[in-house]
This record gives sequence, C-alpha cells and structure tokens, in this order.
Amino acid sequence: MNKLSVLAAGAALAVAAAAPAQAGKTLDAVKQRGQLICGVSQGTAGFSRPNNQGAWEGLDVDFCRAVAVAILGDASKVRYVSTTAAQRFPALQSGEVDMLSRTTTATLTRDTVNGFNFAPVTFYDGQGFMVPKKLGVKSAKELNGATVCVSPGTTTELNLADYFRAQKMQFKPVVIEKVDEIRSAYFSGRCDVYTTDASGLASLRAVDAPNPEDHVILPEIISKEPLAPTVRHGDEEFADIVRWSVYATIEAEELGISSKNLEQMLKSEDPAIKRFVGVTPGNGKALGVDEKWAYNIIKQVGNYGEIFERNVGKGTPLKLERGLNDLWTRGGLQYAQPFR
Amino acid sequence: MAVQYGGRPAGGTHWRLSWNDRNVRSIVYQIAALAAVVAGVWYFVDNTLENLRRLGLASGFGFMDREAAFPIGESLIDYTPADTYARALLVGVINTLYVSAIGIILATVLGTVIGIARLSRNWLIAKLASVYVEMTRNTPLLLQLFFWYMIFLELLPPARQALQPVPDVFLSNRGVRFPVPAAADGWSLMGAGVVIGVVGAMILSSWSRRRQAATGQQFPVVWAGLAAIVGCGVVGWLLGGAPTALDRPALRGFNFSGGVEVSPEFVALLLGLVIYTAAFVAEIVRGGILAISQGQTEAASALGLKRGMILRLVILPQALRVIIPPITSQYLNLTKNSSLAVAIGFPDLVHLANTAINQTGQAIEGIAIIMAVYLTISLSISLFMNWYNRRVALVER
Repeated sequence: MNKLSVLAAGAALAVAAAAPAQAGKTLDAVKQRGQLICGVSQGTAGFSRPNNQGAWEGLDVDFCRAVAVAILGDASKVRYVSTTAAQRFPALQSGEVDMLSRTTTATLTRDTVNGFNFAPVTFYDGQGFMVPKKLGVKSAKELNGATVCVSPGTTTELNLADYFRAQKMQFKPVVIEKVDEIRSAYFSGRCDVYTTDASGLASLRAVDAPNPEDHVILPEIISKEPLAPTVRHGDEEFADIVRWSVYATIEAEELGISSKNLEQMLKSEDPAIKRFVGVTPGNGKALGVDEKWAYNIIKQVGNYGEIFERNVGKGTPLKLERGLNDLWTRGGLQYAQPFR
Repeated sequence: MAVQYGGRPAGGTHWRLSWNDRNVRSIVYQIAALAAVVAGVWYFVDNTLENLRRLGLASGFGFMDREAAFPIGESLIDYTPADTYARALLVGVINTLYVSAIGIILATVLGTVIGIARLSRNWLIAKLASVYVEMTRNTPLLLQLFFWYMIFLELLPPARQALQPVPDVFLSNRGVRFPVPAAADGWSLMGAGVVIGVVGAMILSSWSRRRQAATGQQFPVVWAGLAAIVGCGVVGWLLGGAPTALDRPALRGFNFSGGVEVSPEFVALLLGLVIYTAAFVAEIVRGGILAISQGQTEAASALGLKRGMILRLVILPQALRVIIPPITSQYLNLTKNSSLAVAIGFPDLVHLANTAINQTGQAIEGIAIIMAVYLTISLSISLFMNWYNRRVALVER
C-alpha cells in the first residue's frame, strides 16, 4: 500500500499546484528585470523603426525610453518587441510586453472590453487616404468602387467601412496583416487606395514610396485617431508612471525646459521648475520613483517639442507640422496636467 | 475460466485488495492517469479564468451577435459591415471550405497525372515529373504562396492595362475577370435538364451492370450516360428559349464591373495549395501503383483484358487500398494549410477570426472557434475517407 499513498500524495500535490499563478505586478517585474519591454510597430518611419545601426528610433520609441528613464534611470534599458496590428493586443494582455507605444488609437472598447488603460495622447492623428497621382483623384468622395489596401484589426479598418457606408459608396478591401506585404500590394497597383493614419501615410509616402511624387494624400481626414501609449489593467502604479512620463515631456516644453538648457534650469527660482526638476522633492516620492526622474527624462530623451521635431518634424523626411500636436498655449491640444 | 492472473489461480470471486493483484494495480493506474488529465485541464481552465478576471477582461461568446463593422474582400454569401461577427466568421468558414474543396479535387487530379507521369517510359516526361515533385515538395509552402502572389502583383499589369488573352477575359493584378452567361430563365431549365440527364445516366448504368451480369453483353455506358446528360441539358436550354446573352466585364471607373472576378489572393492560395499538395499525392499514387506486382498486369493481359481495363479492373482497385489512407492525410494537410491564407490576405476563417479577436479582444473564444471548426472539418474528411477506404479495401474471407 506504500506506492498507493505515494500516488495519492502526488495527486494532491498536482491539485495544490493548480492554484492560479499570480503574475508579478508590471512595475515589480520591470524593476526586477532591469528592463522595460515595449511593444512597437513593424517599422513605421518617424514612429518606430530600426535605424541603420539596428537601434529603434521614432516618436513612439522615445516614449518607451522616457518610461525606462523614469523607472530605471536609463533610456537604453528597453527591449523592443515588434508587433503587427493584430498581435499587439494579445501581446499586451498576455504580458509578453509591459506596454505598447505603437500608434495605437485610444477607444472606448479598448479601454473597457480589452482591459487597457491609455496614457495621455502622444500624437493627435486622423485617418486619411493616399492614391497614385496618375488616377487623378482629388477627393475621397470620388473613391466609389475603389480597391482599398488596409491593415486588419485596426480602427482604420472600421473607419474605412463606416466612411464608405455613410457616403453610400462601394469599395473592395484588400486586407493583409504583414505591413511589408500590404504596402507592396499598394505600390504594385493591387489597390487604388492606401488608408491609414495621416502621419503613417506621410511616412509611407516620404520614406517607402519608390517615388514620393507619384502619390498624393487626399485632403479628407475621416476620423479622430488619438494615438497613445497603452498599458493593461491591473497595475495602477505602472500606469501612473507611464502617464506622468508623457506629461513630463509636455510640461517641460510648457515650462521652457529642454535638454539644451536643463543645467541652467536647475538653478531656476521658479517654484514650478524647481518642483519639476526635483530640486524641490516630492513628485518622485509620490510616484514611487527617483526624485530626478523628470530631469532625467528631459536630459536623456528631451521635451515633447524636441521629440516631435527630431522624429517627424520639418527637418525629417515626414515634414509634419505641429498642428494639433502643438502646445495648447499655441493653439494645439498638448496640455500637461499640473505637476504638484 | 482458466485465466491466470499474476501466477495465481483467479476465479471470479478470488479478488484480493492487494498491490500484488494485477487488476487492482491496473485500476489504480487508470484512476491516477485520469486524475492527472482532469487536474491538468482544470489547472489551465482555472488559471485562464482567474487571469481574465484579474485583468478585468470580458469572456464568453456574447460578441458574436454584435455588429462586425469590418469589411471583407470576398464572400460567397451576402455580407456587409453591418452584419454580425457570427456572420463574418461564417463567411470565413465558407471561404475555407470553398478553397479546400476545390484544392482537394485539383490536387488529386494533378497529383494522379504527375504520379503516373513519373512512371512513364518516356524519359523526358518522367524526369520533368520528378523535377516538379522534388522542387515543390522541398520548398516551404508559405514561400510558394508569396511567390504566386508576387507573380500576380509584380508581373501582371494594372487594371487599366489588363491583358486580354481571349476576348472578354481580362488578366490584371486585380485578378482574372471573365464573362458569365447573363441571368435568364433558360439557364435554370438547362440545369434541370442536366439533373434529369444525370439521373437517367445512373439508371442506365445500373441496368447495364445487371444486363452484363445476366447475359455477359457489354453496353457503352460511359458514352451513353454522357450523351444523356448533355442531350437533356441542350433540350432544357432550347426549351428555355436558348439564351446567349453574356455578362461581359468592362472597365468602369477604378475597376472592371460585370462578369465574374477571381481575386489574386484566391488564385495564389489555390495555386500554392494545389501545386504543393499534388507533389505529395503524386508520390502516394506512384507508390500505390508500384505496390501491385507486375505479374498481375501480365496475368490480366494473358486473360485478354485491354490496357485501360487492366488499370481500371485490376491495378486501381488494389492500388487504391494502399493510396487512400496516406492521401487522407494529404487532404487534411491541404485543408489546414489553407490557413496560411492569412499571409496573402485571402479572407479565410483564420484571417477573419484574427480580425474579430483584435476588434473584440476575445482571443480565447476566437481561437476556440478556429480550433472547433478545423477539428470538425478534419474529422469529417477523415470519417468520409475512412468510409471510402472500407469500401475499397479488399474483403478478406
């Protein structure tokens, strides 16, 4: 009967082990790992794409770096995971990545049903259409009967269907998950139209098109696409740090702090600046990070204006205007909540 | 009963509750195995539910009734973005079945031809068939799909400069468009005629079999049957007023309208699946034929059977016995491989379920649906092929 009791003990152990394994909180996991795992795109110029040396660059990438600075003090402590539009949410839900910074539109169902929280918007965008110039199309209203290339599992795909339904027009979608494939389908003429966020179109036209002059972006913007870093429900402290890391870049621009004048700002008498750079302590402790966190973000990554200009601004192939992404004081929508 | 257990005489009542009793041991082992399986399943299900609860994620199939709101490129049933997720997934199931069914038929035909060609006495034909088999069998299917799709995208002209190999057939990177008979009442009468013809041919065939069994006289049943089908069809067509109008494709706006269009995604997927699977089918057919000894052919021709009859009456019935089980696996493979459609944008089940997963966030439900559908399709194919296998198997007495 000895062996029987061994078996019984084994079964009991198996049952005991079946208690659900509680995944460590995201913030603890990041600290323990010494690295932030950030979900990015498969390569969107200006937002997230590896450069010639294989290092990831772009506006989305810079916000991954800002969060890494806030938590770990070092912008290089990020591992980038390239995800397709369709893979990104399962990757975040399952814990494969700590956060997404991947031109992801904040929406009600994603916030609720998908179980995500959105950080402040890092880029206000809207969906547009690009067509080959030789088609002679001037407006999206002339697109009845067109074949449209679009990525699956995006808000773009849904807006596209909504827009054509509202305009009582017909279209034929060509839907391929892999970005390279869908782009080559458009450039080879499989589709008449390529649709995605206007910034993505600018990036596609400027960087990927064999000849940018052959393509035009139509004037209609058919949707609101507030692109924001995304975290999953369940770790509010981590979500707070992501949120305030984004605000820090905007607040710095509002206060006139940039990576260039940061050292002088340490001597500033302005109480708001003193609080921001950590000369007056408090913010860091409240967030549970180093008091120099905001200072370090600006030093290593830069303020919002610097991030924008470096990646997608006038000096880049994308040549985007600040537009909605300018500070509220200059007619844009970027507005940081108070740092106090 | 003189059955011996564990070296002891064991009558019906001579059970002992002891570890030395083989019956007791085997029952204990089976209970333990069952408990392990149940515990394993319970562990995963409980863990998943707990994690979903912790993340505050919705679960369940409620999303199936919601409006899908995403467009689908090609569908055999009516579908608009205003339809439900359930209908969108149904479109995917139908597309999967459609491409698999056509693929299985074409792969069987092509594979049989190639398999026989490999056995040809003509050196060139045999070598060409070998090269085909080795090339397609030894490269990844995904690569082949990209290859066929790229051929469409890169080599064929855009819609406005479409090639026209035959009048009214247009070949462009939007796919193949060809004319179809315009809708008219005559066509349904012709369809009815064909159905009557098929029934007639079946009656004819069973009559001729009985007559041959009774009198030994043969009847050209294949030709007579074909004549009945075609003849009844033509009569139906004539009765229906002999419609000849065609729905011709014409360039209108961005694209062709009229006629029927087959998309590059569908053609690339079908070509890839058929050409890849046919190579395996060819090897199975060749093996099946080689398994029948040469002596049988010689014996049959000594009896005076013609070549075609030898193949049909002697070789094939025996070869099929060897061919059917492995070919079943190839059919299953083809069906499952059709899920690679996702890479080239054909809206099959996996493609649409992935989109649904993304738009609803309900990954587990979506994957469960995909698995259930493939399991059902595969088991159905297996059941059918097993039934057919029993039918063709040699009855041993």
